[in-house]
Amino acid sequence: MILVKNLHKTYGKVTALNNLSFTVNDGEIFGVIGPDGSGKTSLFRILASVLLPNSGSAEMNGLSVSKDFKKIRNIIGYMPGRFSLYQDLSVEENLKFFATIFSTTIEENYHLIKDIYQQIEPFKKRRAGALSGGMKQKLALSCALIHKPEVLILDEPTTGVDPVSRKEFWDMLKRLKSEGITILVSTAYMDEAGLCDRIALMREGNFIATDTPQNIINSYNETLLAVQTENMSASLSDLRNHPKVKTCFAFGNQHHITVHADLSISDLQHYLNEKGYSTVEIKAIEPTVEDCFMALTNNP
Amino acid sequence: MSQLKYLIEKEFKQIKRNSIIPKMIIGYPILVMLIFPWAINFEVKNIKIHIVDNAKSVYSQRLINKIDASSYFILTNISTNYKTALDDIEKEKSDIILEIPASFDKDMVKEKRADLMISANAVNSTQGLLGNNYLMQIINDFSQELRTEIYPVSVLSNTPHIEVVTDYRYNKKLDYKTFMIPAFIVLMVTLVCGILPSLNIVIEKETGTIQQINATPVSKFNFILAKLIPYWIIGLIILTISFFIAWIIYGLLPSGSFTTIYISAIIFLLAVTGLGIIISNYSETLQQSMFLVMFFILIIILLSGMFTPISAMPEWAQIIAHINPLTYFIEIMRLVYLKGSSLPDVFKPLTWLIGFAVFLNSWAVVSYRKRG
Repeated sequence: MILVKNLHKTYGKVTALNNLSFTVNDGEIFGVIGPDGSGKTSLFRILASVLLPNSGSAEMNGLSVSKDFKKIRNIIGYMPGRFSLYQDLSVEENLKFFATIFSTTIEENYHLIKDIYQQIEPFKKRRAGALSGGMKQKLALSCALIHKPEVLILDEPTTGVDPVSRKEFWDMLKRLKSEGITILVSTAYMDEAGLCDRIALMREGNFIATDTPQNIINSYNETLLAVQTENMSASLSDLRNHPKVKTCFAFGNQHHITVHADLSISDLQHYLNEKGYSTVEIKAIEPTVEDCFMALTNNP
Repeated sequence: MSQLKYLIEKEFKQIKRNSIIPKMIIGYPILVMLIFPWAINFEVKNIKIHIVDNAKSVYSQRLINKIDASSYFILTNISTNYKTALDDIEKEKSDIILEIPASFDKDMVKEKRADLMISANAVNSTQGLLGNNYLMQIINDFSQELRTEIYPVSVLSNTPHIEVVTDYRYNKKLDYKTFMIPAFIVLMVTLVCGILPSLNIVIEKETGTIQQINATPVSKFNFILAKLIPYWIIGLIILTISFFIAWIIYGLLPSGSFTTIYISAIIFLLAVTGLGIIISNYSETLQQSMFLVMFFILIIILLSGMFTPISAMPEWAQIIAHINPLTYFIEIMRLVYLKGSSLPDVFKPLTWLIGFAVFLNSWAVVSYRKRG
């Protein structure tokens, strides 16, 4: 269990964490979702005991990250956002190195990393620096797991990884969860949020919402429409100029807009046709975590 | 203990895999020891002399021949015009002028004395001064010769005169190489062991691997020790190769014992690597640490008495020289190599070195903790 109370961290005048408090339960995948610069890495570094907070406390399975940091380091597996293994050592040497400094062996905990390590084992003689992005992540996860940690802290593990490897990575996390490992993971990809047991939406050092992904979506109480026209960039400002449109954001090849309840789809269709758009497609949609995040960011 | 062993093993693997460092460990001392003792030499030789011979007489010709025969001078020109000689100096064709007056022989016989004029280019003051001195020596020699020719022996033996016989102790042949080789050995060890471990730690910072290590149970003390031990070993290897080359190529063996040298060397290595760690603790990037290391290494090398005597430095520079570990190690090396000093003889500089090793390494450990 991770227990965080009033955690505060500043860098000069910049506040990275603003009196943050939350709890992560045992055997849970807890996702911290937020844009770059929201304070995710600072939070994770404090929890990994490599950075000291200005004030507040954080406990992991009853151990304080600032006082019992020596014990903490034995029960956590930390994977920094940047690839942080020795690029001039081979895959096998890296794994062996991290096993030995935790006074264990690869064989002892092989069952934990088997699924993921098997995929990179054919390249075990290759230097870590020569691996592809996805393979690097798999190796880093293997190294973070080799001492059978109770808590896994993964800082943006899937950033810069191809979609197939990302999927495999999340499957792996699910398996680890079934082993009873508590997993704290951060990501900037909103689509990964649904894969967590609980998520926290983070902005400017605060959690603006903490709940299961479904509850966060359920709490969304706006009318959400998806709009597609033949000229997407021009229609963005036209939609924003409509008095009954509250917000409008580009979501891939669609615009997601929230509107006042009394604005009907046909009214909007008419409005856009008048503006000169010939092909207009509007439909009501279910919100995603990203919509929730946008809504929360705009109406605090 | 076993953790430290694996950390050191990892360092050696990385060093071995580096494409340059293993070659440098062998190549660097060989290169430095073969080239520098010949190139870096403060003896002044081959001074270009221009003689203005207005006399063109028997005596002036003898003097000219005598100067020409000296290994210190190269006779570039003989003219009869002081202005041409001065032109030569301006065009850098000559360094020094000797003017012989037209009445040289006549004065010599009649007045029993003659005047000569020496003009030296003193842009390089050492060369100007030494050139002047060498030339005076030759002329004095020459005048001594003439006295024995002109005066009967009886007169000479009755005039009181002092003869000075110099015995150069510890470096009989006044060979500059004998003096400088111990210093070059120290220079190499300082460069390798001052720079490499410090850069190595900053590289771990830059690549982020230190983040991963910090989140493991590896203690900072073990981490630093594992960084240093390989470079202490490398330093001792370089030292040994250099001693061997000094013996094979220059026939130079320490008059004292190798034990004294190695004990001092180990303590010096502790001190200089400590300095490197301090620098790496205060730098975030390779560029910063590279610049800082170069800055400090240059200061400790120039103000160590390696090239110029400390007693000739201004007082503030002498103070720096006294708080410079290199000063003491060079002193020990020269004492042992040239004078054959033993461990009790180098007690004082050795105590200083121990003090530096303790101070710098404590600072290194404390400053590392603060930032961790």
